Amino acid sequence: MEQRHIKTINLMDLKASLHKGGCGECQTSCQSACKTSCTVGNQICQKENNEQKK
Amino acid sequence: MPGPMVHKFKFNNLNIVLDVNSGAVHVVSGLGWIIIDLMEKGHKEEEIQEKLNSNYDSREVIRVLQEIKELKERELLFSEDYTQDYSRPPEHIVKALCFHVAHDCNMTCSYCFAGKGAFGGIKSKMSREVAFKGIDFLIENSGSRKNCEIDFFGGEPLLNFSLVRETVEYARKREKEAGKEFNFTLTTNGVLLEKEVMDYLNEEGFSVVLSLDGRREINDRVRTLGGKGSYDYVVPKYLSFIEKREHKDYFIRGTYTRHNLDFSEDLKHLVNLGFKSISLEPVVASPELPYALQEEDLPITYQQYDKIADLCQQFSSTSKSFSFFHFNLDLSQGPCIKKRLSGCGAGTEYLALSPEGDLYPCHQFVGKQEFLMGNVLQDLCYDHSLYNKFLKVDINSKEDCRRCWAKFFCGGGCHANAYNFNSDLYRPYGLGCNLEKKRLECALGLQAYSYLD
Repeated sequence: MEQRHIKTINLMDLKASLHKGGCGECQTSCQSACKTSCTVGNQICQKENNEQKK
Repeated sequence: MPGPMVHKFKFNNLNIVLDVNSGAVHVVSGLGWIIIDLMEKGHKEEEIQEKLNSNYDSREVIRVLQEIKELKERELLFSEDYTQDYSRPPEHIVKALCFHVAHDCNMTCSYCFAGKGAFGGIKSKMSREVAFKGIDFLIENSGSRKNCEIDFFGGEPLLNFSLVRETVEYARKREKEAGKEFNFTLTTNGVLLEKEVMDYLNEEGFSVVLSLDGRREINDRVRTLGGKGSYDYVVPKYLSFIEKREHKDYFIRGTYTRHNLDFSEDLKHLVNLGFKSISLEPVVASPELPYALQEEDLPITYQQYDKIADLCQQFSSTSKSFSFFHFNLDLSQGPCIKKRLSGCGAGTEYLALSPEGDLYPCHQFVGKQEFLMGNVLQDLCYDHSLYNKFLKVDINSKEDCRRCWAKFFCGGGCHANAYNFNSDLYRPYGLGCNLEKKRLECALGLQAYSYLD
């Protein structure tokens, strides 16, 4: 099989989350560790987390 | 208005392309990189073929173009911005409160943004009445949200440990009847972290943030206790504490300044001590202060983040493996786009409560009278005009953020930094943005490597 020139390493469906996301149950980002800067990309989706636990 | 947007960068020997709107990350060949670059500049397929035919195998050029076409069809490359019309609805839900239980500190760290704990005011401790009203406030204002968060902060919150216990007890009692679940965090300098305190925090399931800057001489230059350095006093406590909690739910949180621009050495030191969850944050300080970071320091800080990324790879799968807060990305999903657009939630879903019962948009706004949002001793309401002001400050409302490739990972930056450095909530703190972008490139690069492994 021929080697691809473009390898996609993730299949994040951000667009779909516009409709199904926004439950607001996740942690407030600044509370977790930084307190002086802001990163949301490293937060965990609580909804997804709960579904995985089921 | 920004349409499709890609960000291309090199990480060690990998060519990485982030499709900003979908969040898709691609590792591309050299030819793929060139063609994506040309497309980004507006060249059409025929032009690209013509341009590259003399230097590249035309079959390979066609293959790349075909791969790009497929990815475009799947909305994973050059995908459109679908968030432009989204604005956060005014839900008026507050789900997190930062309790400033003590505006006082037993340390005298020279870089403290809280002005040695008192936030520019007088030294004080929160009363039981204020704390309980704070819990009532959160229950009253968190609407349908089940998960509520309390962060015990200061100054040094363990100076008012008895109140922490009472507040948790009260919250536990009230959460059942209110259908809520409270999650607690405590940020401490470690000085009062005695066995009884450790056991309590572990039993109650607290997440903890433990302050320590790294190497002894770096830490002790700034983080002082009774005129002496604090390193020898707190490190054994921290090690014993995290051992007891089996390395769960903690961060060692350090600050780096202009005085330790080789802060990857501090990271390495913390790892060698046995810590596994580490966050090192750039100091927040007025530019005229000698320890404040300057624009000219950026190249060296970038190198430091590269070194930390190297350490992540080097120590991965060994007994020294660690997680670096800003490199933790979940590329399979992570937070939804609404969260990414809204950022930290200060002034809307997250407020801070002062010892006097005053409410502010976040801990960094405490004491700024123009941001006073209410007082829990008066009533359990808050200023909706300030709420609405913060609600409107999202990625799409900020010119710098709207055009930035990092926007859906960073969430628009820290409101307090924007206000403190630029006197404008809509103008993010540029130096902080640059550091964030570098950290994200490292984080994405590490993810790419782990995928290819």
